[in-house]
Amino acid sequence: MKLLVNGKEHEIDAPADMPLLWALRDLVGLTGTKFGCGMAQCGACTVHLDGQPIRSCVMPASAVAGKAITTIEGLSEDITHPVQKAWAELDVVQCGYCQSGQIMAAAALIKAKPKPTDADIDAAMSGNLCRCGTYQRIRAAVHRAAELASK
Amino acid sequence: MNAVVDSSRRQFLKSTATLAAGLTISLYMPLAARRAFAQGAPKAALDPNAFVHIGSDDSVTVLLKHSEMGQGVWTTLPLILAEELDCDWTQVRVEHAPALPAYAHTAFGMQMTGGSTSTWESYDQMRRAGAMARAMLVSAAAQRWKVKPEDCKVENGVITHADQHLRYGEVAEAAAKLPAPADVTLKNAKDFARIGKGAKRLDTPLKISGRAEFGIDVKRPDMFVAMVARPPVFGAKLKTFDATKAKAIAGVVDVVQVPSGVAVIAKHTWAAKQGRDALVADWDLGAGASLSSAKLLEDYRKLAATPGAVAKTAGDAAAKLKAGKPITAEYSVPFLAHAPMEPLNCTVEISKDGCDIWTGTQFQTVDQMAAAQILGMKPEQVRIHTTFLGGGFGRRANPTSDFVTEAVQVAKASGKTVKVQWTREDDIHGGYYRPMWLSAMQASLGKDGYPEAWSHTVVGQSILAGTPFAAMMVKDGIDATSVEGAADVPYLAAIPDHRVELHSPTSPITVLWWRSVGHSHTAFVTESFIDELAAAAKIDPLAYRQKLLAKSPEHLAVLNRAAEAFGWGKPLPKGHAAGLAVHESFGTIVAQVAEVSVEEGKPRVHRVVCAIDPGLVVNPDGVRAQMESGIVYGLSAALFGAITLKDGKVEQSNFHNYPALRLAQMPHIEVVLAGSDRKMGGAGEPGTPPIAPAVGNALFALTGKRLRSLPFRLA
Repeated sequence: MKLLVNGKEHEIDAPADMPLLWALRDLVGLTGTKFGCGMAQCGACTVHLDGQPIRSCVMPASAVAGKAITTIEGLSEDITHPVQKAWAELDVVQCGYCQSGQIMAAAALIKAKPKPTDADIDAAMSGNLCRCGTYQRIRAAVHRAAELASK
Repeated sequence: MNAVVDSSRRQFLKSTATLAAGLTISLYMPLAARRAFAQGAPKAALDPNAFVHIGSDDSVTVLLKHSEMGQGVWTTLPLILAEELDCDWTQVRVEHAPALPAYAHTAFGMQMTGGSTSTWESYDQMRRAGAMARAMLVSAAAQRWKVKPEDCKVENGVITHADQHLRYGEVAEAAAKLPAPADVTLKNAKDFARIGKGAKRLDTPLKISGRAEFGIDVKRPDMFVAMVARPPVFGAKLKTFDATKAKAIAGVVDVVQVPSGVAVIAKHTWAAKQGRDALVADWDLGAGASLSSAKLLEDYRKLAATPGAVAKTAGDAAAKLKAGKPITAEYSVPFLAHAPMEPLNCTVEISKDGCDIWTGTQFQTVDQMAAAQILGMKPEQVRIHTTFLGGGFGRRANPTSDFVTEAVQVAKASGKTVKVQWTREDDIHGGYYRPMWLSAMQASLGKDGYPEAWSHTVVGQSILAGTPFAAMMVKDGIDATSVEGAADVPYLAAIPDHRVELHSPTSPITVLWWRSVGHSHTAFVTESFIDELAAAAKIDPLAYRQKLLAKSPEHLAVLNRAAEAFGWGKPLPKGHAAGLAVHESFGTIVAQVAEVSVEEGKPRVHRVVCAIDPGLVVNPDGVRAQMESGIVYGLSAALFGAITLKDGKVEQSNFHNYPALRLAQMPHIEVVLAGSDRKMGGAGEPGTPPIAPAVGNALFALTGKRLRSLPFRLA
């Protein structure tokens, strides 16, 4: 099947039930998208499907063949996406393992809601777990990213 | 005037310097060599270890001996080195160091990261490495110019004399040929440009772009991925297995038995998982099949009523309590899983001359020696490549090297390069939990309402018994980590008759240190019980502690800072209440005040004010981040965390039934940095112990209900 990832086509040989997460990581070779739970409980696997955030660990690759998939690697050329800039400004990351998912969720949020409220952030980001507890900084960075994006 | 430091008189490290191409400074720890390697450790002069390498392109590469798991050593330790090196900070790059004797922990004698010790134990070492490198670079420039080194200045990696200047990169090679200085001059603290101010994290660009390599991301040529079918209950033994269906799964290439279970090896992760799901295995369940955490707690309760090993005693607490009308309380906390975001994994490649291992580990030396033993190799033949850790919290520091030895066994049995990958279920089921703990408390109050006698009986599994650490840490039947924060709680100094006893029952359930170790239960117990006494005496909880800590001015100071910053005593919104706790762990004192309400029958934490005295604050924002982190980790456990066993099986399996705090539940955290001249303590763990009691005390103030077990349940 053909996967369209970050604007590039990849021909892969995957069983019909293989989740997109594992197709991306093991077959396409993009390891920025992470595995944390395998049942859409932690959000570490978040990617964009036609611009919408999805949990790739429960999405069969076969179901999204040919559709536009964006991973963390494709969010910007050189970490210049407003979300990435805000994350860097506020020293959000600690271990960093959840952050690809956090950033993808945040990027989708500010695209859909350019001026997100705290309630919007709660709703959009609570599916992304962080065991290091960076939530306070994530919230502040989402606000900051929205600010940067509006400039 | 700068302080001149003579290498040979350092208390806890000896150093010699050797040089190699470029400029590398090596420091050799003879203590480490003795403990880490029985024989054959290379001598100092031949040791190629390095802490900093300066390239001809002016790049400054710091080799980091500690494992970056989010706590920020990737930035803080290079910061300390850069302070003395006077390099251009924008040129600093970091790599995890290999597993070699030179990288041993200066206090513990082996390469490891834990106990919130990395900053203080590396502080002098990093400064000296930076100062030595600077001295050699300046000497090289001075020689080239035929001037005196002391007449040269350095700023941002550029050496100047009159109108001449040379970049570090231009003299790095020449500097490498010079002998290392025997004496090194360190800066005066008043001249610090970086220590105390901090710097932005150096690992951010990698971690916000998906480029950071964690163990799970490692790819090696001809590598396969394996998942291991492990015992369904603790102690179960494999009887038979049938690999037919597993091998029929497309992509599965082999199925091998190893001591820890049956490994299904495949071309990629999904096939390994499907293959393992299709594996048929028959287990002899054994005694573990009847394990029940509820029954164990009952057993603990019975044990607590009998005499235990005495951890601390003064006066005659038993007599005093018998004579008076003691307040009694039983506290309990459950088993806990660490649940780091990155499930465990380990990649092993065995070759003719050695073995290469890629994983996020906190325990390089222990892993290296365990792997070497399995393979019949010398430790130095086992090369550990430490990747970023997607969370450690102690799980990746296992005295048994469980996830590493298992991968080595799979690679050995299959003859393949293998990455063993754990699922989240494997992780939650996999043991090595924070033990379950029961505490029986008794205290009697004098006429003034303050405690005259105090008795604390702790019951729980020893995490160190049966490990090589037992020799150091378990004495007279007392595992020091079981009673830390209880036997040495500062209130005892104000209570003439006190006793702390310990029972260390055993079970097949594997246990391990979990962020803040023994303090994760003793702080909850002591800070909640003190609050009970205050309530019985009808004295404000802050005032009660202030009186009891009169002889512990450092604890008092931190407590007061937190209370003041919170505004203790000022009115709160309707339906809100506050609780506080102060606790010292890992050399650092932390006090927290939590503001809570109850929403839909559940506790909601709105605000936490946290004051911390870790002695010297090297990286202020790093300390703040670790307080935020420790609080969230402890709060997750206090509100939700429980691993329970029924009929031998662990009842939890993933984040739907082993929940963690989510963004919408995050309190607003304010950190007050109350650094002092105290000996430097750590920051990675000390934020965790006080949050459960602070919240529990707040819930009592709000509802009148005293919660003595975790996770908190109001109904």
